[in-house]
Amino acid sequence: MSEVELHQADLAPGDEEGVGVKFRVLGYLTGLALAVLLTATSFFVAGTDLVWQPSIPVAIIVLAIAQMGVHLVFFLHITTGSDNTNNVMALAFGLLIVFLVIGGSLWIMANLNHNMMPMDQLMQMQR
Amino acid sequence: MAVAAAVARGHDPNLIGLDAVHDGPAPKRIVTGYGFWIFLLSDMVMFSCFFAAYAVLLGQTAGGPGGAELFNLRNVALETACLLASSFTCGMASIAAEVRSHLWFQIAMAVTCILGLAFLSIEFHEFADLVARGAGPSRSAFLSAFFTLVGCHGLHVSGGTLWLLTMMAQVFAKGFRADIQRRFLCFALFWHALDIIWVAVFSVVYLLGSAA
Repeated sequence: MSEVELHQADLAPGDEEGVGVKFRVLGYLTGLALAVLLTATSFFVAGTDLVWQPSIPVAIIVLAIAQMGVHLVFFLHITTGSDNTNNVMALAFGLLIVFLVIGGSLWIMANLNHNMMPMDQLMQMQR
Repeated sequence: MAVAAAVARGHDPNLIGLDAVHDGPAPKRIVTGYGFWIFLLSDMVMFSCFFAAYAVLLGQTAGGPGGAELFNLRNVALETACLLASSFTCGMASIAAEVRSHLWFQIAMAVTCILGLAFLSIEFHEFADLVARGAGPSRSAFLSAFFTLVGCHGLHVSGGTLWLLTMMAQVFAKGFRADIQRRFLCFALFWHALDIIWVAVFSVVYLLGSAA
């Protein structure tokens, strides 16, 4: 190859591109502030009567996903930059498996539950 | 070097126009970090199985107590605060390791360790209290799933705390050598990932459990 480096260096997960200490501390502080805000909101929503009750579980889940995103970006430094592609692709595959496992289990088990004969009838038949 | 690379790339930051141009294997730090990232993702897949089991068994209380009667949200808020703050101080330790400041590294790690231990002691007391009230893991399928999920996270935090102390000792004894820095990179990833899993735990188990 030529002496000019053609390839852009990759970044290890958790590493940041070369920036000053002040800027990095500021990054962690931003992450902490956002995470505290989201956590406090989620705890507040869980215990309040001010919100329409059926919306509470959805709100808690949305806040949790948002907070995981904040942790990924500000603490683990998984970003959408071109030097981070490998890390993001691995994360995407991990998320696919996570959703398959959780969604698939809930779906199948709810279906089985729905199709099962009520317990008292089942007992009757066994007599 | 970065400037030269940028000039060579021109207006093609994502290297779309270039065929595969390889300049040797990736640095060890990237290989190690990436490998550990894959491990963490597989750990998250394992946790997703426990979450699925918990969600399926949520209603199977066998006439025993459910989540709303058992959980104390004040404790959970304290645990969350400990873990979140420890994630932040772990980030501070990362910065200290990068600028090779022994003093700040040891301070940040010591605070992280104390917060981790505080989390563990609150969780241990919660578990002991549940067992004392007759709501141990053998009471119902719901409680088995609860203890497995939350206990597995607690075990990870315990392991992480041991690793943390090891890292403090290694940096103290061997300094910021390249291999020690790589181990610390992995530790920081592990600790931050534990906090992500805890976000899922307190939202799904405790908040949804006591809201429902």
